[in-house]
Amino acid sequence: MDDDDVFKALADPTRRKILDELADRDGQTLFEICARLSSKHQLGSSRQAISQHLEVLAAAGLVHSRRDGRYKFHHLDTGPLEHLTDRWRHRDTKET
Amino acid sequence: MRITITSVLVHDQAVAEKFYTEVLGFVKKHDVPMGGDARWLTVVSPDNPDGTELLLEPDAHPAAKPWKEALVGDGIPYTQFAVDDVKAEFARLRDLGVRFTQEPVDMGAFTTAVLDDTCGNLIQIIQMH
Repeated sequence: MDDDDVFKALADPTRRKILDELADRDGQTLFEICARLSSKHQLGSSRQAISQHLEVLAAAGLVHSRRDGRYKFHHLDTGPLEHLTDRWRHRDTKET
Repeated sequence: MRITITSVLVHDQAVAEKFYTEVLGFVKKHDVPMGGDARWLTVVSPDNPDGTELLLEPDAHPAAKPWKEALVGDGIPYTQFAVDDVKAEFARLRDLGVRFTQEPVDMGAFTTAVLDDTCGNLIQIIQMH
């Protein structure tokens, strides 16, 4: 994964809402994410659409999925955000 | 037309009877032998014994298990029960060892939580505000 994946993942408002909700409570099922988006944010995206958003977030390393017995939980990882803006704030770091 | 019965597909009726009565607190209404191991086993709410019955239906049909597993994998509760206080019910059931896949979440007009019924299903409890 590289910064491009992270910027692409963050460009979409629904994906940012997913990250907001995972920051509120980490480790959610797909159902809980969908329920939060529809009831708290009136985002009536289909389960398939949310699933695809999660794949984009996973490709960027922002979300990790974990199987626990019969359930699958999605977890937030803020690691990829850490040095995202360094190259502008510290001029010596160039885009690779 | 009236809704008198709704069903949950359970992997073991004896386990289901125990969980739905002793843990969730429903009351057994009908228990009729149906041949083999199967029973016509229904429970009702103690608050409304003449209300809608919940049929604890065996999940022996080959289509039932993959369907249930797919729902549980994504955390989807197919069945929902109303409670007066989700947070209190969550605390009570957690102390009884019930596994929750979703702790109480305030969704605005309502609060929900999702629990594992130990019979292969997730159940949503909901409190309207």
